[in-house]
Amino acid sequence: MRRTHLALSVNGEPAEVSFAPYKTLLEVLREDLGLTGTKHGCELGECGACTVLLDGQAVLSCLVLGVECAGRSVQTIEGLARGPELHPLQAAFTDFGGSQCGYCTPGVIMAAKALLERNPSPTRQEIKEATAGNLCRCTGYNQIVEAVENAAAELRKETA
Amino acid sequence: MKQRFEVVGKARRRVDGRSKVTGALRYADDLFMPRMVYAKLLRSPHPHAVVESVDVEKAKAHPGVHLVLTGKDFPLPFGIMPVSVDEYPLARERVRYVGDPVAAVIAKDEQTALEAIGLIEVRYKLLSPISGPEEGLNHPEPRIHDYGEQGNIHRNQSYEFGDVAEALKGSDLVFEDLFFYEGNTHLPMEQQASVAFIDPDGKLQISSSTQNPHYLHRQLARVLQVPETRIRVVATPNGGAFGGKCDPGGHEFVVCKAALVLGRPVKIGLTREEVFYVHRGRHPVLMKMKTGVTKDGKLTAMHLQTLLDGGGYGSHGPASTFYTGVLTPVTYHYPRFKFEACRVFTNKPACGPKRGHGTPQPRFGQEVQLDKIAEKLGLDPAELRLRNLVKANSLTASWLHVGSIALEECIRKVTDMSGWKARHRKLGRGRGIGLACSTYMCGAGVAIYWNKMPHSGVQILLDRSGSVIVYCGATEIGQGSDDVLAALVAEALGVDTGVVRVVSGDTGITPVDLGSYSSRVTIMAGNAALQAADKLRASIAAVVSETLGTLPDRVVFSQGRVFAADHPGPGMSFVEAAHMAEGKLGTLSAVGSYSPPKAPGKYKGAGVGPSPAYSFTACVVETEVDERTGWIHVPKIWIAHDIGRALNPTLARGQVIGGVYMGLGEALMEEQSFRRLPEKLSGALVHRAPSMLDYKSLTALDMPDVEVALIEQGDDPNCPYGAKEVGQGPLLPVMPALANAIYDAVGVRIDEIPITPDKVLRALESKSKRVGPESFPAVPYPKPMFVLPPWEGGDGNEEKRDAAAAVV
Repeated sequence: MRRTHLALSVNGEPAEVSFAPYKTLLEVLREDLGLTGTKHGCELGECGACTVLLDGQAVLSCLVLGVECAGRSVQTIEGLARGPELHPLQAAFTDFGGSQCGYCTPGVIMAAKALLERNPSPTRQEIKEATAGNLCRCTGYNQIVEAVENAAAELRKETA
Repeated sequence: MKQRFEVVGKARRRVDGRSKVTGALRYADDLFMPRMVYAKLLRSPHPHAVVESVDVEKAKAHPGVHLVLTGKDFPLPFGIMPVSVDEYPLARERVRYVGDPVAAVIAKDEQTALEAIGLIEVRYKLLSPISGPEEGLNHPEPRIHDYGEQGNIHRNQSYEFGDVAEALKGSDLVFEDLFFYEGNTHLPMEQQASVAFIDPDGKLQISSSTQNPHYLHRQLARVLQVPETRIRVVATPNGGAFGGKCDPGGHEFVVCKAALVLGRPVKIGLTREEVFYVHRGRHPVLMKMKTGVTKDGKLTAMHLQTLLDGGGYGSHGPASTFYTGVLTPVTYHYPRFKFEACRVFTNKPACGPKRGHGTPQPRFGQEVQLDKIAEKLGLDPAELRLRNLVKANSLTASWLHVGSIALEECIRKVTDMSGWKARHRKLGRGRGIGLACSTYMCGAGVAIYWNKMPHSGVQILLDRSGSVIVYCGATEIGQGSDDVLAALVAEALGVDTGVVRVVSGDTGITPVDLGSYSSRVTIMAGNAALQAADKLRASIAAVVSETLGTLPDRVVFSQGRVFAADHPGPGMSFVEAAHMAEGKLGTLSAVGSYSPPKAPGKYKGAGVGPSPAYSFTACVVETEVDERTGWIHVPKIWIAHDIGRALNPTLARGQVIGGVYMGLGEALMEEQSFRRLPEKLSGALVHRAPSMLDYKSLTALDMPDVEVALIEQGDDPNCPYGAKEVGQGPLLPVMPALANAIYDAVGVRIDEIPITPDKVLRALESKSKRVGPESFPAVPYPKPMFVLPPWEGGDGNEEKRDAAAAVV
């Protein structure tokens, strides 16, 4: 099978990649771009672990074909930190216990990032709604909601 | 013991926290190696069949295929317990559930492997499948296995501690209830994955999502007939496990065998559907519980019978069977206790250990029955429990030693927090609250295979830079075992966790720890770590005490400094102290090991249940039930957990809320259930739904706020700085607390788990106002082993009752 070759933006930087055309964005990220920070829990759009931002929107990368991404912008967990400094969402997730085994964490953080970009002051209910598609078997979600609330407050301080 | 703590008890970012929020942490499936090839398994579509032939010629000829393996390549079986070695990496003659692996293809990529899997031709001769334990009891033939007690009974046990029939006869009231607890599965977010390869020295290495690298190491050596010295097992950080990654998996043997044959890296990643087939989850258990009580609410005796649906293989089944009985008398004092337990093979994925292993099922029945007893006696359910608590440093009728117990404090705290007195039976129609309690072990008292060696070993190496490296075979499965080890060592050496590096779960470089199961890491690996750290501190103190002008035991290690207790001023940095000690003693290192105390029970089977310590939990659940739809809403849960001491409160609280979450999921919706296809479509037993959409679990929107109280008495001498387990205990009281809350809300008893809206509606419409099992089959339990309770003159040995009677 001939590989597809395309150019896209990954974490703010131009990238070119070639891959088997049946591959999902999830597979292209993990297997062809070496970005294994994005996880998978089902490859069927059920668990949310593979959430990334595509042109700023949270999407399940297992349900997007790689060939759909030519010329588009993808943000993954690897692009979130500011140099050596953790992004406030990352810091809050670990400081407030929003991450235990850590496997769902990249996906939840990306879903939360999409939320905070469109709504910098979400209510607890809005946080729960935005992350309801991300299954987590460890935390019981309480600490994820706390982490997002606290990160939102930190980010508001930065822009104030 | 240290009085003031500097690390322990302080909320801290966990030592592996950063790697998890940056995506830098490498789970097994994140490993890629040059020349790596990929494995896929062909699984049986039939629940019970003889494998007559497997034709792999077309698959072998498929372009891109490197190797095809079948049962013929694996003549030796495996099994986590020495008494149940009954499973082959690839089925040889028989398949026993839909999903049993039959063949494997190793190819240049997953796609090619999948194509070749489709080219394998298997001829099956179908056998009639056994769908449940009652069917298994009624149909001893065809036997699913040719070992076991008889027919399709895998394990059959019976123990009696004191004459229970006599105690029940003498009771003012006797309650008899039937309960059922449906099976459910772990559903870790990470699907099992493994990479096997031959290292540069020609040895086999497997990096795998396993909870128990040591047990896997032993099994690999046995099945592959490779010396243990030529195998290295690295447990990669587990993306959740909950007991589901305790058993070795067929896929782990397959990639190792393939790596040995091909001499190149072989990877496998299970699909979500396959994870449902691998299972090893909660056993479905039918229970009959007969309990005697006096008018003033004193328990007199319990007779418990359980029937377990084991699935197609042994797994941890022999232990699971015991666990449906043995921990029942640890919370409340039963002067006499009898339990009979039977595990039956069925043609479904094997059941095994899931968080709480075997105990949530009887705990559910016990705590719901107590609610019924309290109502009948006109007692507050909290008061009934308080009247029957096991006392600290006492023995149960079954000879388990209970050391510290803060269950009374847990009950008082949780009833306080929830406003229990003002609200129970007073919230009005449709709203209710319910209470339940539980206990769990802090590590199983005996290893899975018989040996006299320690359960855990730790080595600490002190580097000249001041870095402290802790080596331990314990496995980080998300629960925070690395953080526990770092915190304990940092506390003992008076340094920050930032200078401690934990190297864990690697049989090639870390001392043996039995694994991350049975809530054993904090107590067992923790005590071993503390012993090693104490030795190291003593060595350094002996050297520097002269310079500090004090006695070795007056040397204080605190906040990265080392000084004399009486004149803290001068002192030196920890690094300076380490240099001085290394100059005098040479390379600084110490080892520690831990073996649990010997259990007092001496009868055969007394090894299951003893633990160095037990945690205790009390929980109150609030619910609102819609009587038109049966819908159950849970707005709030309060929970108090006797943790002894919280080493890192952020993580401890996380374990509690996570346990509540998993318990509530089991209580409301999680079901690993099966249906039989129509006869014309093979009559196979298939999952109702091997997918996450159909296997319901709670989302962020369904999860109530949880208010947590950590009860810290910190005085259990068997625990490191008094710290007890928190990983499993807090799950256990949630299901019965919900059932009791539903009764408080709408007056119906749902005596089975999960409690779904349709069951609530059925109960509301029924005359009995109850939904639950209606009968208990005639199980051919063996004659019980009779042991006298400690207070009846027993010595912990079996009494030959019949022989004694004959003499009289």
